Amino acid sequence: MSRALLGAALALSLLAGGAQAQQTSGQPSGGAPEVQAPVPEVGAGRGRLGSGQVPQTTEPQAPTGAPDAPPVAAAPTPVTPIPAPPPLGDRDQADAAELELQATLRGQRISGRISIPNATAANLIQPAGREWREFHNRILTWVGGVAVLGMLVILAGFFLVKGRIRPEAGMSGRTLLRFNLLERANHWMVASCFVVLALSGLNLTFGRHVLLPVIGPEAFTAVSAAGKIAHNFLAFPFTLGLVVMFLLWVRDNIPNRLDIEWVKKGGGFIGRGHPQARRFNAGQKGMFWITILGGGLVAASGYVLVFPFTVTDIAGQQWAHVVHGLLTVLMIAAILAHIYIGSIGMEGAIDAMTTGQVDENWAREHHSLWLEEERVKARAPVPGAKPAGAG
Amino acid sequence: MARMKFLCDSDRCIECNACVTACKNEHDVPWGINRRRVVTLNDGKPGERSISMACMHCTDAPCAAVCPVSCFYTTADAIVLHDKDLCIGCGYCFYACPFGAPQYPRVGNFGGRGKMDKCTYCAGGPQQDNSPAEYLQYGANRIAEGKLPLCAEMCSTKALLAGDGEIIASIYKERVQRRGYGSGAWGWRTAYRETVPA
Repeated sequence: MSRALLGAALALSLLAGGAQAQQTSGQPSGGAPEVQAPVPEVGAGRGRLGSGQVPQTTEPQAPTGAPDAPPVAAAPTPVTPIPAPPPLGDRDQADAAELELQATLRGQRISGRISIPNATAANLIQPAGREWREFHNRILTWVGGVAVLGMLVILAGFFLVKGRIRPEAGMSGRTLLRFNLLERANHWMVASCFVVLALSGLNLTFGRHVLLPVIGPEAFTAVSAAGKIAHNFLAFPFTLGLVVMFLLWVRDNIPNRLDIEWVKKGGGFIGRGHPQARRFNAGQKGMFWITILGGGLVAASGYVLVFPFTVTDIAGQQWAHVVHGLLTVLMIAAILAHIYIGSIGMEGAIDAMTTGQVDENWAREHHSLWLEEERVKARAPVPGAKPAGAG
Repeated sequence: MARMKFLCDSDRCIECNACVTACKNEHDVPWGINRRRVVTLNDGKPGERSISMACMHCTDAPCAAVCPVSCFYTTADAIVLHDKDLCIGCGYCFYACPFGAPQYPRVGNFGGRGKMDKCTYCAGGPQQDNSPAEYLQYGANRIAEGKLPLCAEMCSTKALLAGDGEIIASIYKERVQRRGYGSGAWGWRTAYRETVPA
């Protein structure tokens, strides 16, 4: 027992000596500075001792520091008592519930710093998610449902009342080229992309209520997953088609005075009689600009969504979805009307986009000025060609 | 049955990220996915505080409300889980979630999101409890073994509490009473529409 104690005391004194030796050798020695880290070693030595340094001698020690500095007798007493600071949690800070309420009411986010590279994760709480949920589940569902179903009802009613619009003079049998192969191919590329994009998009908003109960969760997921891939990929040919469409047809789609006249007369579709029109009448021009401007915005917001968080933050992503969702349901409604009038709504109209050849009587009633222009062009001598019988 | 909740005592959290590491390790979470993260508010300023955040398993969960394929479900313990076999990775739950909990592996083209991954409250998924299939998709199922989430179990300062909402709220209230201050239960107003008086 006593031997163990003796051993412990020896070890203690050795350790203390070691610590002191470290301290003394730690003094700068005037020469080249040594690279050393005395602090952790001293700390470690002290830690093992437990109660600070053990004095090696009882003789009075010289104080450290500047030798001629007068010893401080006592700490200066403050004139006025210093109140203890409030604890950290109380320093003028609103608590969590209060901050969340404020953020919700002000439309802000509670965000800070995060040590992982994902900057999006620095948002602690984003109350705007609730508003986006409201938009997605209520506003978009209602606007979309009313727009799409409403348009279908209007078109069905129109068909019942007016029936199929036929050329008043009947078909002449003579045709002329309205759209060349490039124009038709591009139209159908945009159209087929739009149909798939619209159906897969509608599925994301309405499929849960309409399709899911019918085909079951597994089949619905298979359909929706395929729809998502199709939606992501077809965005690119759709956008390309919009650009080509713009370049091909913008010349003939600049609004002019004839369009006002056309609208006043109800376009010959709703009203009676056939107002004059060049290659595109005001209704077609409207469809063109809905497709170009609406489709452009839908494509732009869609690219924001398909490359998430590359150009914007969570609020931008939510807004991109709002723009994308609202514009598309309105565009789908407009395109439904376009499909109706181009197919069952009007005889002779579909030919323009299938063979490209339209009937002369159809052209005379709907695009009288364009027909004249085409005739003038046809009668004009081909440059370089000799008239028959000449020379 | 208990109503499971998380509560992070931000006066205790020291941003050691052990909860994040424990979670990643326990569930073999892939790179780039963080089911749990620690956010520091007012970093370097007076009043700095860190909060460990993951899925809060909301009452009336927004993710479930907006999911186009209805892949979410709530367990008897009020834990919000989802079925990865049904998820299509559309990303809508991330837009709706107030806490940024849903995570997506980057797969395929563009910013293509894979099937969503999030905190399961260590309760796995719809697969057979503690089966290899469940572990592969959702990670460990500690709840089925009668254990609480590992992040809270690992927390060195016991800042992160997990368990029945009433019990952890009473533990927190007792702490606040004893030390005289507290900043409240982060996310509770948003997730559970209730507050813990601090």
